[in-house]
Amino acid sequence: MMAIRYPKSIVAALGLSIVISLFFSCENNNSLELKRYYSEGAAIYQTHCLNCHAADGSGLLALIPALNDSTFLKNNKASLACAIRYGLKRPIKINGKAYDENMPAANLAPMEIAQVITYMNNSFGNQLGMVTMDEVEADLKSCK
Amino acid sequence: MRKLVFGILILAAGWSSCKTNDGKTSLPIFGSRKAVTKTVNGQSVTDTVYQTIPKFSLVNQYGDSISNKNLDGKIYVADFFFTTCPSICPMMARNLLTVYNTFKSKDDFKILSHSIDPKHDSVPVLKKYADKLGVSGNTWWFVQGKKEDVYTIAEKNYLVAVKQDSTAAGGYVHQGYFVLVDKQKRVRGAYDGTDPKQVDQLITDIKTLQAEPDQK
Ligand code: HEC
Repeated sequence: MMAIRYPKSIVAALGLSIVISLFFSCENNNSLELKRYYSEGAAIYQTHCLNCHAADGSGLLALIPALNDSTFLKNNKASLACAIRYGLKRPIKINGKAYDENMPAANLAPMEIAQVITYMNNSFGNQLGMVTMDEVEADLKSCK
Repeated sequence: MRKLVFGILILAAGWSSCKTNDGKTSLPIFGSRKAVTKTVNGQSVTDTVYQTIPKFSLVNQYGDSISNKNLDGKIYVADFFFTTCPSICPMMARNLLTVYNTFKSKDDFKILSHSIDPKHDSVPVLKKYADKLGVSGNTWWFVQGKKEDVYTIAEKNYLVAVKQDSTAAGGYVHQGYFVLVDKQKRVRGAYDGTDPKQVDQLITDIKTLQAEPDQK
């Protein structure tokens, strides 16, 4: 019994570790890119967004919405670049609270917008993956 | 043994008195001062007269007139802002909220936030702004008045501490300072309202000020 069980578990462990390492190696390329976007995005966030939305993305009570409403961010993915580039001034609901305020335009390049969205999308409890510069450029073409 | 205990006691007493002496017992007084000599009971006595915040007349978020008299016997923090300011004002508001939440139960404490854009920041606009920050009651007043008056009092009176300490030129009104004023309307400190560390210092200094004998 023991003699059979021992090798079996070794085989299983070996198989599992191969699967895991495969998974990680293919994730590595993506996650490296994501990390690069993320750390650039963190710096952009500090200079362009932090004063309003706060270091922890909590915003400012009923004046400035928080950035941790993953559902909103996911549902509005395609219009985030426009909101950041040209400002946002329309009634929105964040975490169930209504806002009708005015966010000024940020003079950022498409790459910087992609980076700051990637930072936001993976901070404050959000886990929404990355947004590339190509996506941002496409989104910016259809701003209203 | 008894001697030893006694020695330790003396040491302890000495140490604790030192601590209260060179510690944070009193804050500086900013602004100009002059010595005034008067005659009391046939003897001449010299007093120091400090610069104080002069008369002013403003309106708060409830539409009430607020003058210097409403701040008599109050320790208060003054700042200058406008509701649509995109740059430093959200940080200032966030930091002032910490100060507000620390002291709002004290009735000898106030915050006086002056709008420097009275044209836009009407009474209803100020009220809405206060509401959105969750500020109610009469601890924190958002006030507006004649623009020139607010600029003059800001530069000539509230920001004297900043001018004394800094070599930077002009424009202090736009730099987000919180100014601490005592019950005699003397300026006792100025703090960068965008820097949480300086705001912590402000909170410490308010407590120190409250403990001064003539602030009771
Ligand atoms: C001057 C203050 C200010 C700055 C700076 C600012 N925002 Fe905003 N932001 C706002 C306000 C106010 C709203 C709400 C607008 C509305 O009600 O239509 C908002 C809304 C948003 C929203 C949509 C609502 C939400 O909470 O998800 C996102 C996303 C956002 N901002 C991201 C950013 C990013 C990223 C930056 C930096 C590039 C930034 N903001 C800079 C004030 C600001």
